[in-house]
Parts: sequence; structure tokens; C-alpha cells
Amino acid sequence: MKGIKIISLVIAIAGCISSCRREGCTDEMADNFDSKAKVDNGTCEYGSESGTPTPLSLYIPATFGRFLPAPTIPADNPTTVEGVELGKKLFFDKTLSADLTQACASCHLPSQSFDDTNRFSVGIDGIAGTRNAMPIFNHAWNSNKKFFWDGRALGLEEQALEPVTNPIEMHDTWSNVVAKLQADASYPSMFRAAFGTSTVDSLLAAKAIAQYERTLISGNSRFDQYTLRQIALTPSELSGYNLFMSESGADCFHCHGDITNPLWTDNLFHNNGLDASFTDNGLGDVTGNPADNGKFKTPSLRNLAFTAPYMHDGRFQTLDEVIDHYSSGLKASSTVSPLLKNVSAGGVQLSPQEKADLKAFLLTLTDSSFVSGY
Amino acid sequence: MKNTILALASLILIGTSCKKTDDPMDNKTDMVNTEVSFIFKQKYNDNEVLSSDLASTQYTNAKGNVHTISKLQYLVSNITLHKTDGSEVDLGGYNFVDIDKPLTRFYTPGVAIPEGKYTGISMTFGFDEEDNQDGAYTDLNAASWSWPMMIGGGYHFLKFEGMFVDNSGTMKGFAYHNGTASKMENGTRINEANHFRVRLWDYNGGFEVKEGERLNIDIDMNIEEWFQNPVLWDLNQYHMMLMPNYTAQKMMNKNGKSVFSLGTIAPQL
Repeated sequence: MKGIKIISLVIAIAGCISSCRREGCTDEMADNFDSKAKVDNGTCEYGSESGTPTPLSLYIPATFGRFLPAPTIPADNPTTVEGVELGKKLFFDKTLSADLTQACASCHLPSQSFDDTNRFSVGIDGIAGTRNAMPIFNHAWNSNKKFFWDGRALGLEEQALEPVTNPIEMHDTWSNVVAKLQADASYPSMFRAAFGTSTVDSLLAAKAIAQYERTLISGNSRFDQYTLRQIALTPSELSGYNLFMSESGADCFHCHGDITNPLWTDNLFHNNGLDASFTDNGLGDVTGNPADNGKFKTPSLRNLAFTAPYMHDGRFQTLDEVIDHYSSGLKASSTVSPLLKNVSAGGVQLSPQEKADLKAFLLTLTDSSFVSGY
Repeated sequence: MKNTILALASLILIGTSCKKTDDPMDNKTDMVNTEVSFIFKQKYNDNEVLSSDLASTQYTNAKGNVHTISKLQYLVSNITLHKTDGSEVDLGGYNFVDIDKPLTRFYTPGVAIPEGKYTGISMTFGFDEEDNQDGAYTDLNAASWSWPMMIGGGYHFLKFEGMFVDNSGTMKGFAYHNGTASKMENGTRINEANHFRVRLWDYNGGFEVKEGERLNIDIDMNIEEWFQNPVLWDLNQYHMMLMPNYTAQKMMNKNGKSVFSLGTIAPQL
């Protein structure tokens, strides 16, 4: 009996030693990486997902290639096939919200040029924001790298981090989201494929989302086709463009680009005369400079057909209201843009025909191909 | 006797220069990897204007208009160095200065400069007709710097904006934008190139480019000159819609010629 006890003890000790020196694949880069293994037994397997991520060249629309600098891609976050695939999955995944009800795409609808139709998006707790969601496209050409209406995020990666933790948006914590993604059946291997590690990390998640967002490129509007001499515009559309380009007309081009700036934004910040006093200081609250109060980022004029309502607070439901604002609704303030004309008289005083022409031109910037196929 | 000595000296010089031309290695020794950097400084009545002054500091121009500056951006191109022997070194290229982006104030063309003594520099304000081509420069396109094709096209040369107090005491915006001058004449649109060449001579005896020495050349923009020399500018009269205003554009051209001056020239520390 005593002999049996001794044998059992020896077996137990041997088992303990064996488990303490657990064998398996110890290479984190391998598909079958065993985090508990202490000794590599040569069984590591490497599939296609664990190789070096495949570089992905962004699609460059013809008008962009002709007139714009190369896209701005951070050196520490090159665009890759695997990174974009991961970013797309994250963008559409409600796992990123605390109660699993909202994804990025819930307020950035592909059918709306990645914008929201509501004036203010409503977060998971039923709380509405105070600013209109911004559409997402052509961000790879924002060389100023300032994002959000007030420019508080420096880079797409930084921007992508915020909505998850914003209490009036997805209202989660990144540590919680990371835990959910880590426990998911597919995410660890996708992170490994994209970034070489199966350990999920918030910064890597943001990088992946940013990579995906850079692939959202809109450059196939009727005006693009006109620029490339593939189609002609109507007389009304051309009149509208001339009005847009005329300093003594509507003078929109100083902030919103022209045929040689097919982004249709300067990606800068201006006070466009919405209010005489401010309830939202915009850029001013970010810089702390009162001279920046009331300034917001110039939105692109592409895809206006999909991005209503308009302005940082979504106060205008229609393009007609927007045009009326610049025609007769401007309000003076200490920071109003010097580029705005006749502010004391409310604006540039467009005739009904001029308004119609301007609207016709603006709608030539619609890229219907961009909002399909997602 | 004097003439003989001069003739001999000339022959020696000619012989030397011919030898240099004949022997490419000698030319190589003349071209040194010296970097010259241009530092663009903006001043208003001798006080430097920095990005922190934008939209806050008030200035008074010669006409008595009280104003702020919210934007000051301009373009210079084809900077040329002038040697004491009359030869020139054209550095080509262009520099876009944005007072709100301090790094744009520093411009290093990255062209090897022949060593020797120089008397001054010259540069084009804006683009000359050859360079002022629609949509040719992607960085300027993205910065929305195009000049409307309907009034001559090409690019802005200057965007100088701010607010001023008008005669009635009301704050108004001004947009002093410079580029091609355009007018209608007998039903025909006439577009006139509106760039100008700025010549800045160093009256302190010139400067020397030496092998292995990096040189900083300060180019000062004296902003008040846009409003006073030779045309006394009244913002009440000219503050908006100046781009299609031929008269205003030509006035800017006249005033712009006295805007720049040569500042400190010193080796980089």
C-alpha cells in the first residue's frame, strides 16, 4: 500500500513537471500559437494569414491623379489588404458599442455617403449629439490631418478611437471592446494577419479602421466626367459653376475648391456666418483662441445629394436653405470669414435663377457609384 | 604702362576662365554643396507678424484704416542669386508662404551654389507667364490656390485677409487677393500677367558663399507697403471683389514692388 502511494506521488510530480514544461508552438506569429506552451515542439503552422500584410495601393480617381498630391498615408500605418479587411469588419461591427447595438456604420451609412440622415445622431443610451455626423470619403487627401468639425483629432487613427468611448455615442471602454474582440473567433487571426500579432489592441483597431476609411474614395461625379471631357454640362450647370467661381458672384471656390481641387474643400476652418453669437465655439474650444470661435471645418461639396441635413449642427434640411443662407442669411460676428460678401446685407443676394443654377452645379458633384456596393 | 598691365591682367583672367571652362574638374571645384536657406519674415512697421497675431493684433495703415490680419499667404518663384561678376544662379522652383504654418517660412531650394561673392538676390512675386499654368501644381491645387480661369487663370500670388473698421465704424472683412489682372475691353476679355520681379541688393558689401558653410538669407515682407507705396490704399474703397477689379490688381502690382527687403544674411549656426 505504501508502495502504491509512492508510485502515485512520483507520477504526480512527473505530471507536474510535464505541465510546467508544456510543449507546443511558441511562435506568436504562427496560426497555432499556444500561449501556455513553454517548449516549442516544432509543430508551428504558418498559413497565408500570418505572412507579411499585402500592401494595398489606393484607387486614385483620374481627376485626383491629375490635380492632387499623393494621398497622405502615415508611415506607421501603411494601407494593406488585411488591414483594410479588418478595418471594414470593425467599422460595421456593433461589438464596438457597449450594448452591441451600434457600429460606426450605424451613423455613417454607406447609402448616405457614410453620413447620417438625422440632424443629430443618437447614441446607444438614446442621447442625441450636438453636431451633425460628417460623411466619410477622400480623407486620404486631407493633408492637414485635422478631423471632426472642430479639428480636435490629429489624424484618422486618432479620430477612429473616439466614438467607442464617447458617452453619447457607443459608450463603451476600449478595454471592454478589446476583450470582446479578443474572445471573438475571427478577430485574433485577422489582427495577426494585419499587424503580425493576435493580441487585440485599441490602437491597432483604430489603425485598421483608418486604413478602411482611406479606401472610401469618391471621384466619379458628373463634374469629374466633365473635367475629363467625357460629358458636357447643361447651360444651367455651367452658369452655376461660373457663379461658384466668381468673386463678384457667389464666390464659393475660395473655401470649397474648384476644377483643380476636386476635393471640393480646403480642409480648413471658417466661420461661415451662421450666428452672431456662438453656443458652440467649434475650433475655438480646441485651440483656446477666441479668434477661432465659431469656426468649423469646411465640408466637401461632393455628394450633397446624400448628406442632408447640412452645416455642423444640421440646421438646414435642404440645399435651397443652404444657398439662401449665403444669399441673404449671413450674420456678422467678430470671427466671421472676411471672404463672405455683403455680410451686413445678409450675403451675395442671388436671384432665383442664380440660385437654381448654383444648385444645379452643386448636384453635378454627386457620385452615385460611391454609395453603392457596400 | 597702365594699359599694358591691364591687358596682361585681362589675358591672365581670360586664360584662367578658359581653363576652367575646358576642364570640368575645375568647374566641379567651383560648385560646392553649400546650402542657402531663405527665411521669410513678415513685418508691419518693423514689428514681426507671427501666427499668434492673426485675427487679434490690430494695425493701422497709412490711410488710417484700423485692421487685423487673419490670413497672409503668398507665392514667390525663381529665386536668383547674383554674383559680383554679373553672372546669375537661378534656383528655380517656388515657395508658398503661409504665416499660419511657420515651417513654410523656411525655404531651402537644395541646389548646389557656386562659391564666391554675391551682390544680392531677385525673385518673382507669384508666377511668370510660363509658370502660371492652370492646375500645374498639385500642392497649390489642394490649397485652393487657383485663380479663376474666367479672369485669366493660373494661381493666386497673394491672399491677404482680415477685418477693418470702415468709415461708419462697422467691422468689415477685406480680401486683398493678387493674381492675373483682367478686364473687358470692347466686349473682349483682356488678361494681363501681373507678376513682378523683386530685386534685393545687399548694400552692406554683398555676401559670400563658402564651401561647407550654410547660409541663411532673411527676406522681409513689410506688409504696410501693400497699402502705401506708391498707391495710398483705402480699405473703404478697395476691400472686396478685388480679383476681377483690374484697377485694384494693377495697384497691388505697383505697391508690391516695395514690399520686400533683404534682412540679415548670416551663416547658420
